[in-house]
Amino acid sequence: MNLVIASGKGGTGKTTVATSLAVTLARHGQTVAYVDCDVETPNGHLFLKPMVTRERPVEKLVPRVNQETCLLCGLCAAVCRFNAIACLPDQTLVYEELCHGCGGCTRVCPVGAITEAPHPVGVVKVGAAGAIQFVSGTLNVGESTSPPVIRATRQAAPAADWTILDAPPGTACPMMEAVRGSDYVVLVTEPTPFGLHDLRLALEVVKTFDLPCGVVVNRAQPGATEARDLCRQARVRILAEIPDAVAIAKEYSRGQLVVETVPGLREIFDQLCLRLLEEVPKEKCPHEMRQRLEAAIRASSQSPATGPPAAGDPFSTPRLAAPRQREEPTRAASAS
Amino acid sequence: MSDAAFICELVVMSGKGGTGKTSVTASLAVLAGSAVLADCDVDASNLPLVLDPREQRRETFTGGVRARIRREDCTACGQCKALCRFDAIFFDGPGHGRLPHTYRVDSAACEGCGVCHDVCPEHAIDLEPTEGGEWFVSETRFGPLLHARLRPGHGNSGRLVTLVRDQARQVAEAAGRRLILVDGPPGIGCPVIASLTGATRVLAVTEPTPSGEHDLERLLALARHFSIPAWVCVNKHDLNADMTLQIERRAAALGATVTERIPYDPAVTAAQRRGRPVVDVDHGPAAAAIRKLWERVRPFLADPPGPQLDTGRPAG
Repeated sequence: MNLVIASGKGGTGKTTVATSLAVTLARHGQTVAYVDCDVETPNGHLFLKPMVTRERPVEKLVPRVNQETCLLCGLCAAVCRFNAIACLPDQTLVYEELCHGCGGCTRVCPVGAITEAPHPVGVVKVGAAGAIQFVSGTLNVGESTSPPVIRATRQAAPAADWTILDAPPGTACPMMEAVRGSDYVVLVTEPTPFGLHDLRLALEVVKTFDLPCGVVVNRAQPGATEARDLCRQARVRILAEIPDAVAIAKEYSRGQLVVETVPGLREIFDQLCLRLLEEVPKEKCPHEMRQRLEAAIRASSQSPATGPPAAGDPFSTPRLAAPRQREEPTRAASAS
Repeated sequence: MSDAAFICELVVMSGKGGTGKTSVTASLAVLAGSAVLADCDVDASNLPLVLDPREQRRETFTGGVRARIRREDCTACGQCKALCRFDAIFFDGPGHGRLPHTYRVDSAACEGCGVCHDVCPEHAIDLEPTEGGEWFVSETRFGPLLHARLRPGHGNSGRLVTLVRDQARQVAEAAGRRLILVDGPPGIGCPVIASLTGATRVLAVTEPTPSGEHDLERLLALARHFSIPAWVCVNKHDLNADMTLQIERRAAALGATVTERIPYDPAVTAAQRRGRPVVDVDHGPAAAAIRKLWERVRPFLADPPGPQLDTGRPAG
């Protein structure tokens, strides 16, 4: 089951949802692989704190021109649609950062003067965070094309009941690279004008892929209905609402996994798992796995003493939903 | 470059998304009063939502080409698939009288390199220009705004960013405006690099969280790579005082200049709900901090940065 956690706007809580969901599913006995596809700014490792056991470079092939044998015929420059090769009167130049690595130039060179050499663009790290299998891709600083690193990261993901892909923000090619080929999309949003505007765009992308999807509203305000209205119009289900609470922001700022440290979130994520079971394509989620997860969630909700922090009614979290209070600034003056 | 021709291009960036780039940029637009504004977050453009733009001009962005296989001419030889480096060709296209299946291009994966078009023995593959989105010139109370909408799911965001910046510069030159305020995209990849190359200065807005710190480090490394001086502003600093200090120390160590902090203030989101920049409607703690931030950076925007990275602090 490939589940991708995406959003149009950045900073809405993709990583919070992805890591918390991974932890929740693993706690209920499912095998889970967390795959960080936000290769420009990967953050999952900051919260899952994995042991990385393997690191593999990601390379793209770029042309190398043998100036000795080059005829300066210019065919390579003519065929390159990214202007990554220039044929000057005395030499042929390659601009590696513009090259997409399509291999077109190598193919057309009449004298075989162009070979392809690997050029590093990123790394893929593989490891484990407790029972969770961890994979994370990182784009090298200065490199512009993240899709090859995202592809390599996805390919490195081990088989699991649930493969949770943490997508990059936006609606352009990196986001698409993470979304395409997945089984279900969870879009995380926040109920602000920016959040909802970008949710609409993200829904359009998901529609072009014809993938089933649902929405998680983060920083939900009690009584705010815009997100619900939008989802009703777009006919997508709201899978969960995570309340706007200073406690969550503070725990996050300390690098904590909020599902483990903030009261009430465990129940919200248990419910999210149950909703996902109703929503995800049946053929991707074997009956036995479904039953196992349902039974585990039911068992844990009947024995709230099994772990910290016990909470009340899983369907309402009044303590968290209280209006956000202004924090006293910790310092009056700014840094000098 | 002569002093008269100098136009400062200040790019507001963050690495991590959702740290407050757009809210800060919109407020700086109010305080600057006579800047040209450019929203380079072309796949999730938000600056227009708080500047009430009146559209003056709308243009189509042609975002390169995509391959398309004419199924009636495809003989399913498979050469295109064998040579495609982008996994963009699939053997599940509709068949015709002679074949049960043909090859098909996944236009979302196609990068438009044209290799398949060049090798196809039947010349059955067309390269079609794609409409990659639109870009706009709008008028706002605070100056002209250049913005764009990448067609959702489309690539080539870097080229659209470059186009928006070029147009912003033309508008600034024509109107004699000396400052371009750029609302940058998140991340450190293609659209960010397109927003940074040749810019004058970076203002990095971050938040006191491990992700904020981690992503800021990557952004500052990129700014250094392009030799662009960077200011760092920690937004919502009171969320975690220790982390704020840690980030500011780290930023200074990486060669950036630490500037004003902005406190967490619900007035920022409230202003966004009203579709206005926060300094335009509020005098609370966040608005006050952004005003101070503007006063601190303003003296440095009139001239090109010197050969050494200056401190970003007014003398005295």
